[in-house]
Amino acid sequence: MSKDEKNLSPERKAYLKKVRFLNTATWIVRVLILVMFFTVWEIAANLKLIDSFVTSQPSRMVRTLVNLYNNGDLFRHIFLTCIETVAGFIIGTILGTLVAVILWWSKFASRVLEPYLVVLNSLPKVALGPIFIIWIGAGPASIIAMALAISLIVTILEVLNAFLQTDEDKIKLVETFGANRLQVFTKVVFPSNIPAMINALKVNVGLSWVGVITGEFLVSRAGLGYLIVYGGQVFQLDLVMTSVIILALAAALMYQGVVWLQKRLTGEQIS
Amino acid sequence: MNKEIVNVIGVGMKYQSPNGEINAVEDVSFSVERGEFVSLVGPSGCGKSTLLSIISGLIKPTGGKVFIGDEEVVKTSHKVGYMLQKDYLFDWRTIYQNVILGLEIRKQLTPEKKAYVMDLLKTYGLYDFKDKYPRQLSGGMRQRAALIRTLATSPEILLLDEAFSALDYQTRLAVTEDIYSIIKSENKTAIMVTHDISESISMSDRVIVLSKRPARVNSIHDIKFDCPVRTPLKCREAPNFREYFNTIWKELDVHVEG
Ligand SMILES: Nc1ncnc2c1ncn2[C@@H]1O[C@H](COP(=O)(O)OP(=O)(O)OP(=O)(O)O)[C@@H](O)[C@H]1O
Ligand SMILES: [Mg+2]
Repeated sequence: MSKDEKNLSPERKAYLKKVRFLNTATWIVRVLILVMFFTVWEIAANLKLIDSFVTSQPSRMVRTLVNLYNNGDLFRHIFLTCIETVAGFIIGTILGTLVAVILWWSKFASRVLEPYLVVLNSLPKVALGPIFIIWIGAGPASIIAMALAISLIVTILEVLNAFLQTDEDKIKLVETFGANRLQVFTKVVFPSNIPAMINALKVNVGLSWVGVITGEFLVSRAGLGYLIVYGGQVFQLDLVMTSVIILALAAALMYQGVVWLQKRLTGEQIS
Repeated sequence: MNKEIVNVIGVGMKYQSPNGEINAVEDVSFSVERGEFVSLVGPSGCGKSTLLSIISGLIKPTGGKVFIGDEEVVKTSHKVGYMLQKDYLFDWRTIYQNVILGLEIRKQLTPEKKAYVMDLLKTYGLYDFKDKYPRQLSGGMRQRAALIRTLATSPEILLLDEAFSALDYQTRLAVTEDIYSIIKSENKTAIMVTHDISESISMSDRVIVLSKRPARVNSIHDIKFDCPVRTPLKCREAPNFREYFNTIWKELDVHVEG
């Protein structure tokens, strides 16, 4: 890149400079917004413009965070929630894809099961929470089941839909070579749908978080969802706000992980 | 030895769907000799692709029979290679991985076959591109890669279904020239579907004109040019090209509906 830079036309250089400037400016403004938000929050609370008992305030949130850390509780809660989410996410993705493969394989099965999938898809899954708790017990297993309940059907429908929309002519092509159904799947349907499946993964990460936090609200033993519910019950907004912010960071990190995975999987083909 | 390699005998096809029946092909008979290049021309939607799919064994006709050599066609045969309208190179595979697709599916990836594929890639100028991805190739090169993918399985008969129609006119002329010489030098029998009359005349030994749907054989024209080396472009300049064109054009009976 730097080698070529000398040969660039002045117009190109001006353009690149503009792009770089825009990128830097974007980042600066982004950080500024964040800093401003917390500063205004802090000052407003200090000046008693807002009631920090119900709104909390950044300095108190930092204190809460330090306390949690000193108790040794902080990472226990974060870790538990993350593990539950990752487990729900992975099981949901694998199971959902497997079911989608079966439904793609057997047109009859997918015809038969279609109305059930539609009903299950529209059912608000939170309603299943009490059932899971009674069946599986008030622990992480129930919470993972909740995450699965929320993400599984969507995954099945999304992946199946992608499979079914595979270009007919690409399938015809491998059939001209005498491909059987398994070969049609492994040579065409699966590889041509990897981008679609990664998009399903992205949706899945979000849904797994929803499921896990919902589950923790219901079970309330440990985890970030538990901290939020507990903080709300004892009216300790510092704890609630701190947990929400940790949650936002963790969810964003995991989403970036999937984006990174997408780049790795699809980038390999491009380069 | 029998000179006729493909025999289509009284083939008919009625598609069934919940909305009714479509009579796509009716009582079509013709035969193709070894090494011959035959074109099927007919109005769009008349059942040309259906006919090719039946010959390849991809679909079963509802009437009649097809023989390849002495064997009746009941499923896809190793003797037949099919080229579709577009190249359908898979963009997640390199050119090499694409051209060995057929061998892979038939579990014939032997060292000899691999060497043959390498030879084909070298002979037809794609060797340097074998590790590239399809999107890095021009339309003409992609079409050549698609042909090599078909040739790799060593078929005796090639079926071409509007194999060039996705290309722009200039490229199409060049690719036709290219593919024609490859087919001839590899000594293949070819059946090509097209609705381009000039293309069919320039490449074929015989042109079979089909009627509107349901497809029936309307007429068969022997094409003979006396040029020393026969290539599609040379034929287009031959004096009797026009005559053939006019005859077939009339046979096709194309109406522009107004
Ligand atoms: N799988 C199918 N099921 C039902 N009808 C079909 C099917 N395939 C083709 N047809 C119908 O059969 C008729 C002939 O189709 P076909 O594709 O063979 O024509 P074609 O001559 O190749 O057309 P084109 O010039 O557009 O390529 C059309 O009316 C089409 O709608
Ligand atoms: Mg067609």
